[in-house]
Amino acid sequence: MSTAIASAPVTAQAFKSDTKPIWCPGCGDYSVLSSMTKAFAMLGLRPENVAVVSGIGCSSRIPAYTTCYGFHGVHGRALATATGLKIARPDLTVLVAGGDGDGYSIGGNHFLHACRRNVDLTYLVMDNHVYGMTKGQPSPTTESDWDSKLSPGGTGLRTFHPLVIALAAGANFIARAFSGDPNGTAEILADAIRTPGFSFVEILSPCVTFRPEQREWKQQVRPAPVATTDDPARAARRIITDDGFNIGVLYKSSRKPYQPSLGKATKRLTDLEADFAI
Amino acid sequence: MTAGNILLEAAAQAGWYGLMVRSSGPQIRGGEAAALMRFASHPIECLDDRFDALIGIDWQNIHRFADEIPIDASSVVIGDPDQGNLPEIFVKHGPVQAGVPFKQMAKAIPGSWPNMIMLGVAAALVGLTAEAVKSVVRKSHTGKALAATLAAVEAGFAAARTLPATPRVLGLGRGEAPRWLITGNEAAGYGALRGGVRFVAAYPITPATEMLEWLAPALSEFGGALVQAEDELASINMIVGASFGGVPALTATSGPGLALMTEALGLAVAAEVPIVVVDVMRGGPSTGIPAKSEQGDVNIAVSGLHGDAPRVVVAPNSVVDCLTATQWAVHLAEAMQVPAIVLSDQFLGQTRAVVDRPADVSSIAERETATAHADGYKRYAITESGISPMAIPGTPGVPYTAEGLVHNERGVPSSQSRDHALQLDKRERKLRLHDYGERWAEIEGEGDIAVVTFGSCTGPVREALARAEENGVKARMVSIRLLSPVQPERLAKALEGVKRVLVVEQNYSGQFHRYLRADYELPGIVRSLRRPGPLPIRPDEIYREVIEWSRA
Repeated sequence: MSTAIASAPVTAQAFKSDTKPIWCPGCGDYSVLSSMTKAFAMLGLRPENVAVVSGIGCSSRIPAYTTCYGFHGVHGRALATATGLKIARPDLTVLVAGGDGDGYSIGGNHFLHACRRNVDLTYLVMDNHVYGMTKGQPSPTTESDWDSKLSPGGTGLRTFHPLVIALAAGANFIARAFSGDPNGTAEILADAIRTPGFSFVEILSPCVTFRPEQREWKQQVRPAPVATTDDPARAARRIITDDGFNIGVLYKSSRKPYQPSLGKATKRLTDLEADFAI
Repeated sequence: MTAGNILLEAAAQAGWYGLMVRSSGPQIRGGEAAALMRFASHPIECLDDRFDALIGIDWQNIHRFADEIPIDASSVVIGDPDQGNLPEIFVKHGPVQAGVPFKQMAKAIPGSWPNMIMLGVAAALVGLTAEAVKSVVRKSHTGKALAATLAAVEAGFAAARTLPATPRVLGLGRGEAPRWLITGNEAAGYGALRGGVRFVAAYPITPATEMLEWLAPALSEFGGALVQAEDELASINMIVGASFGGVPALTATSGPGLALMTEALGLAVAAEVPIVVVDVMRGGPSTGIPAKSEQGDVNIAVSGLHGDAPRVVVAPNSVVDCLTATQWAVHLAEAMQVPAIVLSDQFLGQTRAVVDRPADVSSIAERETATAHADGYKRYAITESGISPMAIPGTPGVPYTAEGLVHNERGVPSSQSRDHALQLDKRERKLRLHDYGERWAEIEGEGDIAVVTFGSCTGPVREALARAEENGVKARMVSIRLLSPVQPERLAKALEGVKRVLVVEQNYSGQFHRYLRADYELPGIVRSLRRPGPLPIRPDEIYREVIEWSRA
């Protein structure tokens, strides 16, 4: 391939692979895939320099639907895998993608520490308040009275508030998006990728199969009525008091990302033997 | 421990060999601790059957160590008369008894400590000169502390003149050959770096932490990084991520951590991502005995994953072999794109020993990678060797998605029997066809009795067989370094003509014995000699088994 072609901009379409998604017709994740590829194109990225890392669940299938490097790992550990990748290869753009069960339940501890560690990653969670792949069980974001075979009559548990948790744990960029607005979501994702440090984007992405009532989200979402803030106290009040449907970048700071320097070797390996030599 | 370290270094400076095994109780800091030491003019790899001298500053909680310190009628037990009588658990064996008022003597030298008096006594007993000890003390002390410590050592030497004689180390070691004073954990860390590891993620755990603490600054000097992860699930997934990015990566842990890591080990098998996991074994199951040794993780290392998941398991057989075994494990992992477990243990990891500097080995990470725009690239291509070139992110024209689901050659998830069988076959084949060379085991001696062992039991076995030979009984030793993949043909060859096999290991249920029974043909009569940790298997026990058998 010639240099001229290699440096030609890559279109959003060229970021989509020819692998057919397993998602149900009407799933919000199709739009998220489009938003993601649009964001890549907007930023002028190249597929070989982007890695999309995921765990397990419907939305975690997304890496293979791009033409980027992908990693479809084990349930709940995508943030850890991506952390290792980004620290070892800071030259790459690394995205982490998954669902509410993967990220907030089995992967909850990694979520806290990824926010806190602030590695330069973008984490998008396609939140549909349900386990879809295992056919409809409640997740941490499911309403407490949602009836299911596994939890008849509902779990009775209060819902997990990912944005509040992310803020408290130290995420540098916090946004909420809606899959039904692919262009707006693409803008938010591009901003998240561009912002150094750990960027968390919660995307409301309806599951029309197990939560058909989520079709209503289209009517409920609205642009956040306030501008992005870098004040965590102000952000906390907004996030904790909104009804979960304010869309936009809600918090954006400039905390220095965690990246140990991977300088060049300054010594010969055998110099280390001075530690042991008698 | 401080006194023990100084004593060991002084012995090393004097040209001797020696080792110090740490044994401590459950306290976080302070409390009872024993430095179990042995010196010789030749290289040694284990503790002896008994101790010539036991010196106690006080006897608090001594019962916790009693079993680990075998004393007999020719041993000398020295205590501080002000700390009460010598403990009955030792006195009952009839040792020579003596007293040194450590605390009083230390009090008489302002700024000194009883353990430095004891250091002088111990050094005198083994036959070191006061100057040899002082020169080491001068390296780590300054000012008033130095003067007080030197005086305390001197006082200890003076006190030793009135004590009963003990066997002394005679003759000098090899002198000219370069030697190291090193722990197995440090050696494993250095081996990892020599093998090419440049990314480490880990969660602190006894007794593996020192390896990480040694690696943290060392890695940063060589263009690498160490990340302290939030738990072991994170640490192993982090190294999988780094290695997917093309950087050789490692984590170190102990049994409880390995248990948490098994899921991601399976991921590394399926997605074919090379990683190295060092397991410094401790007593188990569950939290077990954190600071003491046991070889109880054979089962989990060799077969503790769901599905059919071939992996590499390498067991170092001495403190210094932690270096070469770890370096080799990195090489094997990278060459075959597979997880490799290094099965070390607390004895090897935390014992500080004087060793000959090992010969340089050239195994460094070599991964077969895909070239840019490779025509019709398939990440999991079915190849003759079973190894498929791995595309490293950043390489254009060959991106793929690494996959933990059963997949086809392109990495696209598949639930078809044909794809599953082909990939299982390929992953088994790549391990089977690799040429492991002579390093798979240490094979020594001859005769129709063979002792088969691995890991830290190798030292006692080697010593037992040397004694047997001195007494006219010949036996072979096979210490298996490569536990997985199994090498039945090689072992069969090593055991040709053998009529009796003694299997030696340090765990309760005979995990290694069962592993051998399952995957190897063992000739003749097979006996298992085993005991759970933390008591080591002593050379004498093995020697007696062999002698008894030779007469049978």
